[in-house]
Amino acid sequence: MPAVSKGDGMRGLAVFISDIRNCKSKEAEIKRINKELANIRSKFKGDKALDGYSKKKYVCKLLFIFLLGHDIDFGHMEAVNLLSSNKYTEKQIGYLFISVLVNSNSELIRLINNAIKNDLSSRNPTFMCLALHCIANVGSREMAEAFASEIPRILVAGDTMDSVKQSAALCLLRLYKTSPDLVLMGEWTSRVVHLLNDQHMGVVTAAISLITCLSQKNPDEFKTCVSLAVSRLSRIVSSASTDLQDYTYYFVPAPWLSCKLLRLLQCYPPPEDGAVKGRLVECLETILNKAQEPPKSKKVQHSNAKNAILFEAISLIIHYDSEPNLLVRACNQLGQFLQHRETNLRYLALESMCTLASSEFSHEAVKTHIETVINALKTERDVSVRQRAADLLYAMCDRSNAKQIVAEMLSYLETADYSIREEMVLKVAILAEKYAVDYSWYVDTILNLIRIAGDYVSEEVWYRVIQIVINRDDVQGYAAKTVFEALQAPACHENMVKVGGYILGEFGNLIAGDPRSSPLVQFNLLHSKFHLCSVPTRALLLSAYIKFINLFPETKATIQEVLRCDSQIRNSDVELQQRAVEYLKLSSIASTDVLATVLEEMPPFPERESSILAKLKKKKGPGAISVTELEDSKREGGELNGGSDRGPDTAAMSASNASTPSPSADLLGIRSAAPINAAPAGAGSLLVDVFSEAGPAAPSTAVNDDGFLRFVCKNNGVLFENQLLQIGIKSEYRQNLGRMYLFYGNKTSVQFASFTTNVSCPGELQSHILSLISEVIASLSS
Amino acid sequence: MMQFMLLFSRQGKLRLQKWYVPLSDKEKKKITRELVQTVLARKPKMCSFLEWRDLKVVYKRYASLYFCCAVENQDNELITLEIIHRYVELLDKYFGSVCELDIIFNFEKAYFILDEFLLGGEAQETSKKNVLKAIEQADLLQENVDFQTRLFAAPT
Repeated sequence: MPAVSKGDGMRGLAVFISDIRNCKSKEAEIKRINKELANIRSKFKGDKALDGYSKKKYVCKLLFIFLLGHDIDFGHMEAVNLLSSNKYTEKQIGYLFISVLVNSNSELIRLINNAIKNDLSSRNPTFMCLALHCIANVGSREMAEAFASEIPRILVAGDTMDSVKQSAALCLLRLYKTSPDLVLMGEWTSRVVHLLNDQHMGVVTAAISLITCLSQKNPDEFKTCVSLAVSRLSRIVSSASTDLQDYTYYFVPAPWLSCKLLRLLQCYPPPEDGAVKGRLVECLETILNKAQEPPKSKKVQHSNAKNAILFEAISLIIHYDSEPNLLVRACNQLGQFLQHRETNLRYLALESMCTLASSEFSHEAVKTHIETVINALKTERDVSVRQRAADLLYAMCDRSNAKQIVAEMLSYLETADYSIREEMVLKVAILAEKYAVDYSWYVDTILNLIRIAGDYVSEEVWYRVIQIVINRDDVQGYAAKTVFEALQAPACHENMVKVGGYILGEFGNLIAGDPRSSPLVQFNLLHSKFHLCSVPTRALLLSAYIKFINLFPETKATIQEVLRCDSQIRNSDVELQQRAVEYLKLSSIASTDVLATVLEEMPPFPERESSILAKLKKKKGPGAISVTELEDSKREGGELNGGSDRGPDTAAMSASNASTPSPSADLLGIRSAAPINAAPAGAGSLLVDVFSEAGPAAPSTAVNDDGFLRFVCKNNGVLFENQLLQIGIKSEYRQNLGRMYLFYGNKTSVQFASFTTNVSCPGELQSHILSLISEVIASLSS
Repeated sequence: MMQFMLLFSRQGKLRLQKWYVPLSDKEKKKITRELVQTVLARKPKMCSFLEWRDLKVVYKRYASLYFCCAVENQDNELITLEIIHRYVELLDKYFGSVCELDIIFNFEKAYFILDEFLLGGEAQETSKKNVLKAIEQADLLQENVDFQTRLFAAPT
């Protein structure tokens, strides 16, 4: 414990704290606190003006009580009074109180700002620092308004002391973050950048945080900092450990400053100037080399500081993504860390490698470590490290190793921590779909997912597997068979029942030939799970039952019996009751043809952005998506074309195909058509005008009136349809340019020959629109 | 930048809380409760970093106190560990072999020292000598003022 002379230790406070510590129960503590609060209240209200020391003591006690977790609703005025004391410790306590208990009373704010202003202009560096610390701690808008113009002046003034400059820099940073509009750097920019050359390392350390933040928002204005940063870094990296005196930390020269410099450089692309770039590359190589040298000290602080710089340098190398030599070296260094004794280093190496995996130069190098990573997934005792390993496997997955990685992730999932299961499920689902060459593998993977982690399989995942099975003829039989087998397990997850019910309802006929999976067997299997399921699942099963009646007339009587019973038609849930009643009636009165039409096989789902990917992004938050996903989403986002309703219109768009999208079309929609930009609504009306004039003049039958009115707010759709021909339109607009695709669909069973089209642009619109019309093939197959 | 720093005992009692982002009292209490629980549940051999909400948490135990910092995703974890260590060194030098009791009874000093070292969530002065010099200067200033007022106080 320090001697009392180190500032005056307040005895009353120490006694109070002791009392609190000695309280045997929560009630006793509250009682003691209330007693003290009453005492302080009376002292503050009392007739006698309190002396500075007492005020300080009581304000400090209030602060202590607040920090214990109790609410304090008085004392602000007294704290503000302390600010105007000329005794340093009193001022200090006053500032501490108002920084911790921020009050939005405008009168108090005015007084506080006044006190700060006085201290800032006092020319006493210690007082100035106190004021600056307070502004940095509170950072309110009122303070920004009052001081945002004053602080840059203090920062760059020649006669400001170094310690004040440091505080000013970080104070300004805080104000900039909370009120960027009030901090105008304009005239100060070059002088702030010049602080990077200051001889006082502390000033540079503080200034660089400010510069980094400003560079992110105004890169062009601050780009002169790059070469200064490189030379500073170079000087530090090549310095001996005695050069920097007290800025050397356990034999590592200026580690904080080095990390900050490397961080600043990550705000910019690689330097264009050859000399600067050369120096920087040399720096990075030196840092990588040093990592291989034997350590100068056994202390963990030394290795932490050294490795902190190393990891930051690797981040920079990854950010640049342009020096293959450095990237490979970085990858190798991380590979070494993957097997290091220290858990921290293994964790950081796994994390760093994730970003490295998305760079084209190092992707292959990263893949060479797959066995180590899989081993980490299986053997690491720390769940955070295992999670990093799972993330890295996801990032390094590509076609060559997808099957292996998905298998490993599935087996990890069986014992994974519950908090991470949902994310793992989403990732496995995404990988399985993205790299599936053989869709029966995909179906197996998803069904395994449901079996292993059914509770965490969100709707998006099982909707997706059904969409894919519906869209792919070749996997339907396999899916039906697999689902049937899976359902036979004694305890199967409800999601499995949902998927199974849907698939058997659609494709049960594909396995009905085998006596082991005859219609009645299928029905009994599903119905055996019926009573164990929740209401939405039961609703789905009822729909499956009516589909069975259509597919397998021989089951009609049995199923009707089930639908007829009281637990269905008198079910307390409205949805179930309605379904049971309606399906029962439907099965009784509809002829086989009508039934077949109503319960026709589901048409293929249109391609749309994978909702699984969207859900994963939402879970992980914006900062955490890997680069590849970011690129994918940019492409996908471009395709969505503003509107969400692409259902029936997609069918019209494929010129010569029938309504099924081609089998090779990527289901995630990643590699399909080039991105389109959404058009402003105004341009749509132009479209309407063009066609309304062309309409009556055209020799063919009139266009549907309501047909083209839709195009005021939609860019795509069916323009015209009769028994022979369907004309679909797709358009895109960008500023003053527009492009329209017209698709002609032949609805007959014979081929059209000599098919010509004529697009005219009548009247005054011709002078407004410059149109380029390309040729259409003369024959249109049916 | 660092968003906040918490110091708490093995029983979960909060000894110091420094917030570098504006949050309501209710939010602060909630965060504190959750994070203290999460960190106390960690076993000794586990790594010093964990992902929590959308932040990274770096923590280290010194005797009976846990030092816990929440930093943003792009921040360097290892250097944050060393920020914690440097802060402990500063406290140690100032109090002379610091222990939890020192921080309990001189909590305001702990905040003052922290403010000289970190400001606005960023490292301000990384030279141990300079930080301690600044604090000693302030203490000296206090004594000077006392001396002056005693010397030059007008007799009433």
